[in-house]
Amino acid sequence: MTRTRAFPVMQYFFGLLVLLFVAAPVAWMFITSISIHRDIITVPLRFIPRQATLQRYLDVFTNPENEIANAFKIAMRNSLIVSGSVTVISLVIGSLASYAFARLRFAFKSKILYLILFTYMIPSVVVVMPLYLLLSRLGMLNSRPTLVLLYLTMTLPFVIWVMQTYFGSLSRTFEESASLEGCNRLQVLWHIYFPMARPGIIATAILSFLIAWDEFFFALIFTSTLDAKTISVAIAEFSGKHYVDYEMIAAGGVIAALPPVLIAVIFQKYIVMGMTAGGIKE
Amino acid sequence: MTDTRRQGLSEQGFAFLILLPAAVVIFGVVLFPLVTTFIYSLQNMELISAEKGKFLGLLNYARVLGSDWFWQALGRTMYFTLVSLAVETVLGLLIALLLNTRFFGVGLLRVLIIVPWATPGIVTASIWKWIYNPEYGALNALLTRLHLMGQYRAWLSDPFLAMNMVILADVWKMTPFAVIFFLAALQFINKSLYEAATVDGAGVFRRFWSITLPYLVPTISVVGVMRTMEKFKAFDVFYVMTRGGPANGTKVLVYEAYLKAFGNLQYSISSTVSYLIALLVLGFTLVYVRLLKQGEAHE
Repeated sequence: MTRTRAFPVMQYFFGLLVLLFVAAPVAWMFITSISIHRDIITVPLRFIPRQATLQRYLDVFTNPENEIANAFKIAMRNSLIVSGSVTVISLVIGSLASYAFARLRFAFKSKILYLILFTYMIPSVVVVMPLYLLLSRLGMLNSRPTLVLLYLTMTLPFVIWVMQTYFGSLSRTFEESASLEGCNRLQVLWHIYFPMARPGIIATAILSFLIAWDEFFFALIFTSTLDAKTISVAIAEFSGKHYVDYEMIAAGGVIAALPPVLIAVIFQKYIVMGMTAGGIKE
Repeated sequence: MTDTRRQGLSEQGFAFLILLPAAVVIFGVVLFPLVTTFIYSLQNMELISAEKGKFLGLLNYARVLGSDWFWQALGRTMYFTLVSLAVETVLGLLIALLLNTRFFGVGLLRVLIIVPWATPGIVTASIWKWIYNPEYGALNALLTRLHLMGQYRAWLSDPFLAMNMVILADVWKMTPFAVIFFLAALQFINKSLYEAATVDGAGVFRRFWSITLPYLVPTISVVGVMRTMEKFKAFDVFYVMTRGGPANGTKVLVYEAYLKAFGNLQYSISSTVSYLIALLVLGFTLVYVRLLKQGEAHE
């Protein structure tokens, strides 16, 4: 390949620009969260604060007296429980269903599959009002199981779609020989199929968790107390107040972003695989 | 077929059995409200009206389609969708091409690029709202420090400017999504094509234009349709950053439907708007499915 001398310089220049664009907002959130209020409201602004404090993070985990900190702690727990449950349940139910689509013959197969894909595309706002009226009549607002059930309608179609694509690409030979050896359907599923499909399962598990963690609209409508309020709702609520404690919200933002960001960075390979399997086939 | 007889289940029976839990959850929770919302959109559901529950046919649709606010909200939604999509695609393409080359630190950049995408929407919105803060915001401080701007501005106080600032926040979060897809596609490109083109004397731009871009077109269109559907549903970023304001400048369709239902309690109008959104999204879904099928046909 022909390479001019200017090429590496340009690579570093644009690489640096990308780095700044990606990292600066997150870095600024972190700096805000550890700054003292006086430094943050200085004009002209000091981008590197004179003093640093971890007090807000300590407050979130240990101080039930601080209203915002305490709300963040409880909301984080709600988010973890809800997203964790959604992930586990959608994996179990979703991988069973995707096995049917990838391997079995049955009536209306592709029609049912596209119907499921369509439900994934339905905007939440279309179904929210009747659901709200129904759930409030049933006394099911402000409950974590309700949120889990609602989120399953978002993650399940996704899990089924991605997994049936992924499963469809796996070889059938092992399963066929296993069933010749006398394994029944469930044994084939459990001993042969799931181990082979592990990368696909990990990928969809991660993406389900991220979808549930990121969801805001349903959480906003269906939770108003700390019984089930998620961290996104808590952050939105405190950043909409008349007096806004920016530093505390930044701390909440860092805490709320940590689980999905860590998961995304650690399991990046799987995420790329899961996302591209759902969208494009090689 | 011995195992089938042992379990007493046909292949089809087994398939429906393992499909059942997912089908119950998905269709059980989605179908009822989907139908109910449609019925609401055909009725008078105004709580204070004496004729509540009266069947109106398509009158609500006529009312919504005949209003100015609907078309304005649709226009804002289209603007938000098209501009952010265009910027994310071009920027995503450039970054993917950069990250597909080799230089010191590129591995780290490839990892870090996923961070904005993984950051929850609400957190993204509140970071950027804080960066845009008119008195203490980092953007004002940065631009005045660099002497690009004389005095501080209220970024979210002008309707049109506010929309563009929301788009910038969305671009930050979602460009990595495009980058990830484009990078994945670029890995499979046939390297020998480039070598042949170089031998034939094709320059960098020529190679991009005749080899890379045509190769990426299917990926670009799939990502484009997927993102269009998502952008039509965008809510979080508007809720936190602008609440549809100032002067309705950022009131997109979904936000309008939300306000009509939970702010004004106009159930039938909100249902009608929601159904119109669903119809638009259905149109994109059909395009998407067609693109996927085309992709399969090429295999």
